[in-house]
Amino acid sequence: MQPVAISVDKPEESRELMRKAGYSFPLLCDPNAEVIRRYDVLHKGAGMAGQDVARPAEFLVDRGGVVRWRNLTEDLRVRARPEAMLAAAKALP
Amino acid sequence: MNDRRVNWPLWTGLALCVIAVASYAFFFYRFPITRDVPWVSFLLFAAGLGMLVAGVRRATGRRIVALLVAALGFGLAVMFTAGITVGSRVPAIANPPAIGAKAPDFTLPDANRKPVALAQLLAEPGAKGVLLIFYRGYW
Repeated sequence: MQPVAISVDKPEESRELMRKAGYSFPLLCDPNAEVIRRYDVLHKGAGMAGQDVARPAEFLVDRGGVVRWRNLTEDLRVRARPEAMLAAAKALP
Repeated sequence: MNDRRVNWPLWTGLALCVIAVASYAFFFYRFPITRDVPWVSFLLFAAGLGMLVAGVRRATGRRIVALLVAALGFGLAVMFTAGITVGSRVPAIANPPAIGAKAPDFTLPDANRKPVALAQLLAEPGAKGVLLIFYRGYW
């Protein structure tokens, strides 16, 4: 199961986050929010500088490219719990 | 009558309100059990606001100061509540990929500017799948 994170951050900002948090999975850069829009997880103007950013959302995609689980939040403070994600990942063929 | 007596319920009340906000922002925010519903902050606010009311009632001279301090404490409570409700709302999503739908393909640069495609990640030998995590950014 490969985690991949996506945000509007520039590569330099992502590298800094990876270094500080010790992340080893890919952090992908979507500065114009094109992929964010494709997944319809845009939060318009919510960035610190008023820029468009992604809202927190997770999608579990299987080998065939099909969405098997997703977590969409309407409250920025409530995040996905690891248990729910792990259960969905274990259920993958 | 001793007018110089410190109105301790008033100032304790304000301190509790400040602690209610600060403890959430710097500590309780990190743990889901206290982040999702900031019950510790609510308890601190309840105690703080109660003491502020007692402090206002106790104030003899300089009532205006007591009222201003109480207003500050209530203001903090209102701002905090607004922040954790309205302030953390995201607009309802229109049409994200549903369960059972094909995940839209994409190619994006990683932190080293190397292009990474979803199709390529899914095609890796032994890959069970990919967990896409959209996040607001590092700030």
